[in-house]
Amino acid sequence: MSGVLRWLLRRLLSAALVVAGAATVAFAGMALTPGDPVRTLLGTSPATPEVVAEVRADLGYDQPLAVRYARFIGRLCTGDLGDSYQLQEPVGQVLAEQLGPTLELALAGFTLGLAGALLLAVSTAGRRRLPVRAASLFELTTVSAPGFWTGVLLLGLFSFQLRFFPAAGDTGAASLVLPAVTMALSIVGTFSQVLRDAMERALDQPFVLSARARGTGELALRVRHVLRHGLLPLTTLSGWTIGALLSGTVVIETVFSRPGLGRVLAAAITSRDLPVVTGVVVIAAAAFSLLNILVDVVYRIIDPRLRSTLP
Amino acid sequence: MTTAPVPTTVARRFSPRRFSPRRFSPRRFSARGRLRPGLAIAWGVLALLVLAAVWPEALERRPPDHVDVVHALRSPDATYWFGTDQLGRDIYSRVVHGTRLTLLLGVGSVALALVLGTFVSSLAILGGRAVDSLVMRVTDVLLAFPGMLLALLVVAILGPGTGNALIAIGLSTAPGFARLVRGEALAVRESGFVQAAVVLGRPTGAVHRDHLLPNSLPPVLVLATVNIGTAIIAGSSLSFLGLGPEAPAAEWGAMLAEGRDFLDSAWALTVFPGLALTCCVITLNVVGADLRRRFDGRSRDGDR
Repeated sequence: MSGVLRWLLRRLLSAALVVAGAATVAFAGMALTPGDPVRTLLGTSPATPEVVAEVRADLGYDQPLAVRYARFIGRLCTGDLGDSYQLQEPVGQVLAEQLGPTLELALAGFTLGLAGALLLAVSTAGRRRLPVRAASLFELTTVSAPGFWTGVLLLGLFSFQLRFFPAAGDTGAASLVLPAVTMALSIVGTFSQVLRDAMERALDQPFVLSARARGTGELALRVRHVLRHGLLPLTTLSGWTIGALLSGTVVIETVFSRPGLGRVLAAAITSRDLPVVTGVVVIAAAAFSLLNILVDVVYRIIDPRLRSTLP
Repeated sequence: MTTAPVPTTVARRFSPRRFSPRRFSPRRFSARGRLRPGLAIAWGVLALLVLAAVWPEALERRPPDHVDVVHALRSPDATYWFGTDQLGRDIYSRVVHGTRLTLLLGVGSVALALVLGTFVSSLAILGGRAVDSLVMRVTDVLLAFPGMLLALLVVAILGPGTGNALIAIGLSTAPGFARLVRGEALAVRESGFVQAAVVLGRPTGAVHRDHLLPNSLPPVLVLATVNIGTAIIAGSSLSFLGLGPEAPAAEWGAMLAEGRDFLDSAWALTVFPGLALTCCVITLNVVGADLRRRFDGRSRDGDR
């Protein structure tokens, strides 16, 4: 048990390192950015040099770089991400408000994508030419089509032509359908490819032969015996998946004009609202690292062989 | 904390199946060396894309920036193959002219990543234990970070524009290359001829330059072709968000973003640039997988 704890502690430490690294990169970026943050903050409003100097001192920009960095990290440790230039609100508060819709979208998209991949892989793994060819073509297309295009197409077809779903905003479940489908389409191809590959490998194993000999039906065999083996490699995709979901939200929320972290990030980049960008980057890095640890724990629960062999 | 990036799992599906008695058939076996019809189409489309990128005037039907408000928002017909946009510009010609920017973003950023990755990993290999460990820690941190987010951060710092988008995607792709080059070089270092060169007294730098790099590059080049498709999607995503090439430029992602405002009246504005983009990425994925199948000897036997 102490081995597990030590492993978890080590993973948490390296996650903290990643977050600190991300924060440092973001800070370095802010420091390197051409242009004066105070000017950006004041916008076009006319300001006397005294006011500029006052704001500068207020924000600590008159201090040397090392002091600013130490303050930045110190504030970060207490959860203070600074204030947004554009919204004049604490970044933490802005992001907390936007976290809900984004999680909703990511979770719905992930569930839908996984369900689609399970269906595709279970029905086509190890089959003869035609169904596999059709599934491969579908996978190749969804892997290659950029999320914003499928999103815009779905939006045009189902919202503007058929008027099934609202075209913009976040108004309950109906407005979640198209964004979630778009998100699902961007991950279903990769999932299904990996899943089928692993299932085909499992289908060659002796235990399948023995199950068939016992008279297990084809569907039961696939769902009960082979699928479990197929699911394992999916967990190794976790890093890619979380990354795809994170970057997917940026584009998809913009396409569907949904509130959320991604859209806030895109807007903040356009308006050069660097505290917000930094906040999203730090939060995303933390979420990414923690989710990866969670996946590793789940991996050990799914696969009994790994429980005794800790890395 | 290292989660290997999955560049394109498409490659996996298109790599030859591993040998298994159940599936073996002479026809399938001989098909390995032949150019299958899908592949022939892919290479053909690639040739067309390259032509459009190098010499768009050969394929255009009218100048891409020719404004003709009278004929704005036309549906596709014999004159305007893909219709016209809100300013009456010919979408077909704009799509043709957009190829250059799109391919430039994809190929350029991957090339940048390749150079950066090779440089950084050379530094790690030649610099000794301390440098190696430092460089690889930094690489790990960057790898443990979704690529698109890194690209967005870089754009946030540098500001929008074609060149900056290219740099952003290149920087976010580079860590993967650094790791791969280093791994390959370390593997090659163990082989007999490198050991022989060391024993014969060749200086470390020369061994690195003459033996390690050339022999570790082929699999890296294969990864590069596979990555171009991903980089193109990332590039057009950036320009869709308004962070790529500036307004009048014909770039597929930017055209799509403009067309979004006319979804209910003119579908051609969004359908064709996206179709071009998707076909381009499919082509690159298929061609990349084919190259990988032909040149990357180790991927022939199952997956790594």
